[in-house]
Amino acid sequence: MNLSLVALIPFAGAIFVASISRLGRLHAAWGAGFVTLLALAILYPMIADVFSGQIIIQRFSWIPVRGLDVVFRLDGLGLLFSLMILGIGLLIILYARYYLSERDDMGRFFAYLLMFMGSMLGIVISENIIQLLIFWELTSLSSFLLISYWQHRQESRSGARMALAVTGGGGLALLGGFLLLGEICNSYDLSVILISGDSIRAHALYLPMLILVLLGAFTKSAQFPFHFWLPNAMAAPTPVSAYLHSATMVKAGVFLLARLFPALSGTSEWFWLVSMTGLITLLVAAYIAMFKHDLKGLLAYSTISHLGLITLLFGMGTPLAAVAGVFHIINHAIFKASLFMAAGIIDHEAGTRDMRRLRGLWKFMPHTALLAMVAAASMAGVPLFNGFLSKEMFFAETLHHTHQPWGWLMPAAATLAGIFAVAYSLRFIHTVFFNGEPVDLPKTPHEPPRWMKVPVEILVALCLLVGMLPALTVEPILAVAAAGVLQDSVPEHDLAIWHGFNPALWMSVIALCGGILIYLVRRPLSAWYEKIGDRLEFRALYNYMLDQLFKIARYITHLLNAHSLQQMLFVFMLFILALGVTGFIDNASALTGDRARLPIDGVSILVTLILIIAAIGVVVLHRQRLVALILMGVVGLGVSLVFIKFSAPDLALTQLSVEVVTIVLMLLALYFLPQFSPQESGNHIRSRDALVATAAGLGVSLLVWAILTRPYHSIADYFLNNSVPGGGGTNVVNVILVDFRGYDTLGEITVLALAGLGVYAMLHQLKLSGSEQDNQGRIWDRDLHPVIMASFARLLLPLALLVSMYILLRGHNLPGGGFIAGLITAVALIMQYLANGVAWAHARLSVNMHHVIGAGIFIAVLTGVASWLFDHPFLTSTFSHLHWPIIGEFELASAMIFDLGVYLVVVGTTLLILIYLGLVHKESHLTNVRKRIR
Amino acid sequence: MEALVAILIGTLAGCGVYLALRSRTFPVVLGLTFLSYAVNLFLLVMGRLTIGKPPIIVEGVADYADPLPQALVLTAIVISFAMTAFVIVLSLKAHLEMGNDHVDGKHKP
Repeated sequence: MNLSLVALIPFAGAIFVASISRLGRLHAAWGAGFVTLLALAILYPMIADVFSGQIIIQRFSWIPVRGLDVVFRLDGLGLLFSLMILGIGLLIILYARYYLSERDDMGRFFAYLLMFMGSMLGIVISENIIQLLIFWELTSLSSFLLISYWQHRQESRSGARMALAVTGGGGLALLGGFLLLGEICNSYDLSVILISGDSIRAHALYLPMLILVLLGAFTKSAQFPFHFWLPNAMAAPTPVSAYLHSATMVKAGVFLLARLFPALSGTSEWFWLVSMTGLITLLVAAYIAMFKHDLKGLLAYSTISHLGLITLLFGMGTPLAAVAGVFHIINHAIFKASLFMAAGIIDHEAGTRDMRRLRGLWKFMPHTALLAMVAAASMAGVPLFNGFLSKEMFFAETLHHTHQPWGWLMPAAATLAGIFAVAYSLRFIHTVFFNGEPVDLPKTPHEPPRWMKVPVEILVALCLLVGMLPALTVEPILAVAAAGVLQDSVPEHDLAIWHGFNPALWMSVIALCGGILIYLVRRPLSAWYEKIGDRLEFRALYNYMLDQLFKIARYITHLLNAHSLQQMLFVFMLFILALGVTGFIDNASALTGDRARLPIDGVSILVTLILIIAAIGVVVLHRQRLVALILMGVVGLGVSLVFIKFSAPDLALTQLSVEVVTIVLMLLALYFLPQFSPQESGNHIRSRDALVATAAGLGVSLLVWAILTRPYHSIADYFLNNSVPGGGGTNVVNVILVDFRGYDTLGEITVLALAGLGVYAMLHQLKLSGSEQDNQGRIWDRDLHPVIMASFARLLLPLALLVSMYILLRGHNLPGGGFIAGLITAVALIMQYLANGVAWAHARLSVNMHHVIGAGIFIAVLTGVASWLFDHPFLTSTFSHLHWPIIGEFELASAMIFDLGVYLVVVGTTLLILIYLGLVHKESHLTNVRKRIR
Repeated sequence: MEALVAILIGTLAGCGVYLALRSRTFPVVLGLTFLSYAVNLFLLVMGRLTIGKPPIIVEGVADYADPLPQALVLTAIVISFAMTAFVIVLSLKAHLEMGNDHVDGKHKP
């Protein structure tokens, strides 16, 4: 039994279908169907357990320090939703396979759909509410991708963005609500939250928490006044609308109300906030739905209205109302999915969704018409169809509050909404399928492919079965789901078609008759509606707010961005300087500490002087770039001397070899760049910069002085003491790199590799002809590869490689290691390129540097993974001493293999960068050379 | 000796800042290289100055330089090389695409 897989398999399946769609157009559809069936198969054995009253919990440790676990939970409510998501999902996949046209990318569609399915499943089977929220946000993101599936259409993009903005904003509120809820309960697990309802309701933070949670639920379920995103999301392909707006996306909001029902409901705040929002949404949306000319627009508003109905039921707070709410969730999912699919078929076959043009389609598609009629009758709440049952339960529930003042308002409003629902359902059927002849249709409508109707037929059959035999069909799952909502025994309820002549029945009768009446006077009504217009246009408000937001953002960007790197860097430096100065001012202690100072010797003074002169030389002569570069080399070599002076032989070796590579690199780049910098900045700017630079230098000097003259405590003793016994090496720096902090080093070589690949990406298409002459007009020497240099370079190669191997092997115990050895090897090989030319070198070194880098990272990771085999954490090292004949005792450490990986990455990256920079020159590669190094 | 080191690092940092504020890419890259010299040295001497005590364990010796800043700086040197390479190639590419090597990409030669 593996519950987590139910939610995770669709995500893996998304990658799977995206990759198999390359093999053929329909593979993605088959793949998606297979993945959905697989998830159902995994869920199947758990169904019996849930029906026997068990709650299945599966827990993985996530961040144990913070008490966070990844926990999945399957109870009745989760099961009902999982079955709806997977079952209707399967039908949608079948339908979409016929709906999408040749031009649509099936792989992308089904990959998004599966991602969305996985996110929805994640919401309904999460036990941890933070985890629930993550899946919640994932549904926002994946629905954004689905709604904007037809990316070339402007309305798709704006509709998707609106959906994301509204539901994402709600998600933010929900995060706040969940954090408060978690703090109130001291736990983020639903098991705890659902039984601490009393303490939650008594808590001081109850109201803010409730408002935040409800904002999340209401935005998702498109409740008034956040309802406007849903009609705009109709720009999505119809299968997406059918899925998102029947069983999933919008149901996530009411799912949350149901999920937290035992914890949050039962207060007057809950009653008023939830039921009033539901009531307004129910009425307003049903009213607007009557006047929509777009088939999907009508269905969209009717969806909002039904969601309002469900919200209202949960808002009433009684157990029986909650049962009715769950029942209506099921019924609405069934009839709305089939109606959307029917609308999609009509759109697909007639070429339009405009009800002013769609007429008399009965003649062309009687079968589809019949299916749509059943579903619409269910939506209207006609007896013998499933919608009737839950609607009657709803009517009955509204009557509980009649003893209160204004208590008659709720049943009256419910009846009015029922009237509207009958009217728009009637309009959907009568206008489209009867009512004369079609007006100017783009296509001659006909029945769709056989299998496109199958999903609709299945759902319509369910409408009838549930509607006529509720006790046999829906009662078991409803009881289990309701128990999951209430976390308690389910109250007595009777799923029957006939309850006698009670008020609820009369309300149904009024709704039916009133609806027919309204439909009969639709023409004057519609004219009146057109005249007063859509007063409740929240989309305009949304757009206005969005525009204002952009305006503010643009203003702030304009304020901060000077459109000049030079100026911004100046401000940046000034700011750092200010920070540093504040630091000095705030600190009252003396600048000089009391640590014993080292004596100064003559050589040190000399080296420092040379360094300072060279550095200032670079600054003074920086416009003559070549000279500046050579002087910079002096500084770099001087720095390596400083390293060796202060007991850092590894650093000195690294700096030395890096310096060589850097200078070669800069020389190569300089060849293609201007040789001189023009004098651009005026005296004023230059003295300003000099002032800042001097201040910065002075500040750094003072800081260094202050630090160096103070004593300190280091954690170095741990490394010094454990290097030999724990890491098996005497060179502590290397042991830290490859052993103690091996994970960091792994990250660093990855960065290195990425930088190399970045350089490759910029250069690999580039071909330039360098200038024929140097900056003083002298022609370059025609002898590109002088014999003496070429011969010496070749002679040096084996020696240099030998040295680098030696450095690599001894690195664990003496100065050296993968970084340094890699650089030495790179220098040795680059010398061959410089001395003999790229073509010559490539003919002899036909190794793909990408492979070398890949192999390096692979080896390093493999060394880490290997320690798992011995039940040790990632990158645990081991070592032993071998006695080899003649050579003597030799130490082998697993960290040395890691170091080999480092070595390969360094060699590969350095060569990749330099070779490709060299290859930029047209003459440096014959046509076949480039092919070989690919 | 501490004073000498302080002056040296300060000079390198100051030169780096001045060059980084220039208007053409090449000096800016040089400036960044100077700044990385300065920062690497700065990090190293955070372990205070020690002469002749490399952190290589020898039996009977108890006093060593702090190995931790050294390990940090070693990778920092290699990474700053990679960064320099990336930035210089970026400036090369910018020069080609915009016809000038001004850091603000101004369209004048």
